[in-house]
Amino acid sequence: MADGGEAAQNNAANEKPPLVRFEAVTKRFGSVAAIEALSLDIAHDEFFALLGPSGCGKTTLLRMLAGFETPTEGRILLDGEDIDAVQPHRRPVNMMFQSYALFPHLTVEGNIGFGLRQENVTRAEISERVTEMLALVRLQGFGRRRIDQLSGGQRQRVALARSLIKRPRVLLLDEPLAALDKKLRAETQFELMELQRRLGTTFVIVTHDQEEAMIVADRIAVMNHGRLMQVATPSEIYERPNSRWVADFIGEVTVVEGHISAGGAMDSALGKLSVAGTSGAKSGDTVWLALRPEKIGMSSERPAGELNKVPGTISEIGYRGDISIYKVRLADRSLMKVALANVSVRGNALFKAGDLVWLSWPPDAGVVLDS
Amino acid sequence: MSTQANRRNWGARLVLLLPYLWLLVFFLVPFVIVLKISLSQTALALPPYVPVFDFAAGWAGLVEFTVQLSADSFRLLSSDAIYLLSYLKSLQIAAISTIFLLAIGYPIAYGMARAPRAWQPPLVMAVVLPFWTSFLIRIYAWINILQRDGLLNDVLTRLHVIDAPAAWLSSDTAIYIGIVYSYLPFMVLPLYAALEKMDETLLEAAADLGCPRWKTFWLVTLPLSLPGVAAGTLLCFIPIVGEFVIPDLLGGSETMMIGQTLWTEFFSNRDWPVASAIAVSLLGLLLVPILFYERLQQRSLEGGR
Amino acid sequence: MRRGASSFNIISVVLGLAFLYLPITILVIYSFNASRLVTIWGGWSLEWYRELLHDDAVLQAAWISLRVAVLSASFATVLGTLAAVALTRMGRFRGRLLFSGMVYAPLVIPEVITGLSLLLLFVALNADRGFWTIVIAHTTLTMCFVAVIVQSRLVSFDRSLEEAAMDLGCPPVKTFLTITLRLIAPAIAAGWMLAFSLSLDDLVIASFTTGPGATTLPIRIYSEVRLGVKPEINAVCTIMIAIVAVGTIAASLIAKSGTARRDRAALGAQV
Repeated sequence: MADGGEAAQNNAANEKPPLVRFEAVTKRFGSVAAIEALSLDIAHDEFFALLGPSGCGKTTLLRMLAGFETPTEGRILLDGEDIDAVQPHRRPVNMMFQSYALFPHLTVEGNIGFGLRQENVTRAEISERVTEMLALVRLQGFGRRRIDQLSGGQRQRVALARSLIKRPRVLLLDEPLAALDKKLRAETQFELMELQRRLGTTFVIVTHDQEEAMIVADRIAVMNHGRLMQVATPSEIYERPNSRWVADFIGEVTVVEGHISAGGAMDSALGKLSVAGTSGAKSGDTVWLALRPEKIGMSSERPAGELNKVPGTISEIGYRGDISIYKVRLADRSLMKVALANVSVRGNALFKAGDLVWLSWPPDAGVVLDS
Repeated sequence: MSTQANRRNWGARLVLLLPYLWLLVFFLVPFVIVLKISLSQTALALPPYVPVFDFAAGWAGLVEFTVQLSADSFRLLSSDAIYLLSYLKSLQIAAISTIFLLAIGYPIAYGMARAPRAWQPPLVMAVVLPFWTSFLIRIYAWINILQRDGLLNDVLTRLHVIDAPAAWLSSDTAIYIGIVYSYLPFMVLPLYAALEKMDETLLEAAADLGCPRWKTFWLVTLPLSLPGVAAGTLLCFIPIVGEFVIPDLLGGSETMMIGQTLWTEFFSNRDWPVASAIAVSLLGLLLVPILFYERLQQRSLEGGR
Repeated sequence: MRRGASSFNIISVVLGLAFLYLPITILVIYSFNASRLVTIWGGWSLEWYRELLHDDAVLQAAWISLRVAVLSASFATVLGTLAAVALTRMGRFRGRLLFSGMVYAPLVIPEVITGLSLLLLFVALNADRGFWTIVIAHTTLTMCFVAVIVQSRLVSFDRSLEEAAMDLGCPPVKTFLTITLRLIAPAIAAGWMLAFSLSLDDLVIASFTTGPGATTLPIRIYSEVRLGVKPEINAVCTIMIAIVAVGTIAASLIAKSGTARRDRAALGAQV
């Protein structure tokens, strides 16, 4: 469940009043609503991620903060003040563009110092701060280079330096790592985290890559179709998704449908399952159990103990190097996903396709969802 | 928010108003005047037509003005065969030249589009350069070549292709050569622009699906280049209909193209109403293709945004 | 599209270029021909150029043409750029259809019609026809070409560069002037050059809108040419061709050397 109680939940993250507050913001393009009555708080000194599939409205939200779009309804507050009347060039917010948008007719120095030249800063100070920035992004000595002489990773760092030099209250990053290859992306993610910690500036990043959001962010806002699905820390979102959609969007999951029975257990096609909490659902209500693949154990013999157990046949194995995802077909023809680390050195799998296995999990391994 | 919008609007209005007003005054209004004069009568006066619209004469003047309007000029145009023939000849020459232009221009544009990347800007410049050296000069250069004691006859007699110098000049052939020569850049450039934009991978996909090269051209390249073909065709056909200089310098005295007719009526016969009537009817004739062209431009504008 | 130009492609381009340049080459060569006749080669001579220098009428006309061209090209560039900006950046506004129609029409409407209509306007306004009426006429005609060129560049312009500039504190108007205009400057320059050469070259419209004492070079050449080929005309034409050719090549060389200089500077800083 989104909105409503989210505002209170958001504020729990930080005692101070929020740095950025979206108040019931709606954005319509013609008759299409890109954002629907969205309320969100972003705190000081926070690395915040906007995550969601294409078209969910995350970039629109970012651009509204930058000032390139204006809300159709609702307000946006920065440090308690309504910034709607403030034009983009006057906002203490800077953005790092997805395409970097580096000025081709200026050198690296020219690009980085551009923001300062719009203020009344002396040449000497500009030069000093540009050098400082170059050192920060590890591009010392590159000042005189032209943009078309730089590699993709170098351009990205120039774009970062350019957007940080004015010491903005909020730094917006629009899918900044999309154009980089996997290894470079991983390195840059850690660099960004470190930068944020060092500067204490609030970073707001837009990404469609959930792994990236989980790694860098202090809190993530998961969006779909212009609405907030869940706003929480990465571990909360992963371990305690608030809906099937979020559970399915982040990582792998198996969802089992059933009803709450009289004793607080769950009746399903797989039998009676004991669960660790019904999250407010009452007896007779339809619920869903979300199980993460790494929480499920797999064995060739029927395990003993108080665990939930179901038999099945291995249908498919997805080998990923560090782990393998096993798709197991259960008695009711449904598939359950199990993840096992590939501990065996010589790649001799303990299980093969077609094996009969028992899957088991403790009552608190899954999350009961009511939507 | 409103102050922002207001400030922006003011600047925006100025940016728009300047060219808008200029065009209204120096483009639209003149056309209205041409229409008005086409409905006037010739007179031996300065200016050589009646009625002259006198702003100072007020409402009475307006009434008298309307009374004196006459469709005489238009009647002349439809009755005298000269004019009809002139129109037909212009359309004929324009149509045939455009076909030639397409036939010659397309391979050139296609060759340019297929050239190595680095060569394309110089090639474009090479095609455009003659266009920037005087139009008149280039037609004049053809006179040099085509005249009775000119280069073409010289070369042909030396090669024994013909016995005596032929009259190349003052003929329809010379007009075609002149037109194709002058308008070639207008055909090549839009074609090149359309072909150059084409996605290479489409050709690769066609080949991958088993299409031989000539078929790929016919089924993929040609249809995708049609906007360029349309633009080039209209950009050539419409102005060629009203051409004056080329038929005047290179053509004969049998039938004149409509541009020449207009010129003669205006400068030689000092018959402004008839000249205006020709202009109006020519515009009416070309209205459909012109609107077509405008539509094409609109669409390209939308596509960009 | 760039891989494998077939021999047919190469031949078409070569033949096409040959066709385009042949008459010009012949004309240039014959301007140096000592003999008056085209069919007889009398050896290399600068006689016609010498005669040209004494031909006051032609020199006068050339000077007028030059001034008209510079003035009308400059006005046309300003108006055309404004029109292009209005068309690409202002979305829907009242009268947009009419405006874009007026901007594009002169490109296709036969010059005899536009020439006639402008003349009739000047007559109706009782304006003295001469230098300035030609300037106005040429501005009106060529601003449309400028508008087309600038507009097509603006349409493909990366707007995120403008957003980046504003994001960094540059007000919208300043952004447009220092970033956008700066980056589309080559298109605007190309527009100016096109307007310049169109004006220099125009016969029809100049003939309609000229007055006493304002004979342009094309009008002069045309009246001479009607009487037949004259070698002095060859000389004038060759000079004009040379000016345009040198100008265009110089312009492109300057553009290239600019980048080369910056490249070397950047490399130097690295060492």
